[in-house]
Amino acid sequence: MNLPVSPETARWLAIPLGILFGVLLHRGGVANYNVIVNQFRFKDFTVLKIMFTAIIVGGIGVLLLHGAGHAAYHIKPANMLGVALGAALFGVGMVLYGYCPGTGVAAMATGSVHAIVGFAGMLLGGVLYALSFTWVEANIQKVAALGKVRLPEVTSIPDWGWFGILIAIASVVFWLLETKFKPASEKSNG
Amino acid sequence: MNESKCTFGNCCCGPDNEKKGRWNPYLVGIGLGILSWLAFAVVNQPLGISTALSSASSVCALPVMGGEAVAKNAYWAKTPFKWDGGMLFLISTFVGSLLSVLAARSFRVEKVPATWADRFGNSAGKRMAAAFLGGVIIMYGARMAGGCTSGHGISGSLQLAVSSWVFFLTMFASGAATALLLFHKSAK
Repeated sequence: MNLPVSPETARWLAIPLGILFGVLLHRGGVANYNVIVNQFRFKDFTVLKIMFTAIIVGGIGVLLLHGAGHAAYHIKPANMLGVALGAALFGVGMVLYGYCPGTGVAAMATGSVHAIVGFAGMLLGGVLYALSFTWVEANIQKVAALGKVRLPEVTSIPDWGWFGILIAIASVVFWLLETKFKPASEKSNG
Repeated sequence: MNESKCTFGNCCCGPDNEKKGRWNPYLVGIGLGILSWLAFAVVNQPLGISTALSSASSVCALPVMGGEAVAKNAYWAKTPFKWDGGMLFLISTFVGSLLSVLAARSFRVEKVPATWADRFGNSAGKRMAAAFLGGVIIMYGARMAGGCTSGHGISGSLQLAVSSWVFFLTMFASGAATALLLFHKSAK
């Protein structure tokens, strides 16, 4: 795989990418406690619309780039117990905090004091994980560890099949959300 | 994008103010997708936040635990604090959001958000305690799972990674169950 820029240049390019990321999170409305929490209460579907669209658009582009030799995959290992337990904790934390790590950082810039307090909590959470890392690594991360696998590898459905399925699901869900099940809270928002 | 009545900062309060300057969520999703192309093809690092955040936590642990204990920690030895692309991305996310907020003129000090106040009242202390506890739990979970909503939820899912789809679905189910427990008595 060939990168168009040197690693040093790539490092600095993280700055404009991060700025765009922050702008998109804020303008998307997800640097907002109410929007995040109401997604989990099925009263506001902004988070789902943004994420599902990003996954499909990003995924098809990265698939093409990968096929042309312009992008490498970065797959996180499927340590099933660790991922499932971690994700379950993550869901509890996300509803209590009202943000995820990225949107929490973006929300701090909007004037959300509780986002800053929760950010301090995140730093403590990082410390606690580091302190328990050796135990977690030995007792949890090794359980049902499948390695860095992708869905096309563990199923008989190829890449394009998966994106076909995702597009089909998104089309139905988005259509329903924009017509029959549009929450009252979203109706004033064009 | 938002054609509602308060397009240019003329509205003062309530939900309209929160929606001021918002862009269409599908367009924002497309924007994040295109940002992912650049992250993979140019920077060779998927969009993510929590790895840099946890390495930043080692700096906060320094004064309490001392340099030796931090250096000896097996986790921080693996992900030491450095000014790499991930850390610059984390800080730039804050800067980008700040620029966007200033351009939209929607900076507003918020201690207790409306959805929380409807259910738990206006006590800032209560809200701060929940936010802090939530922050601890979400970060611990993110590190155990190996990523957050960005690294797993978007960057991992778009690569069709098994781990990331397990994360996405489990996280959503757990969050929905938590919201049901926390807010089920709410009138709204």
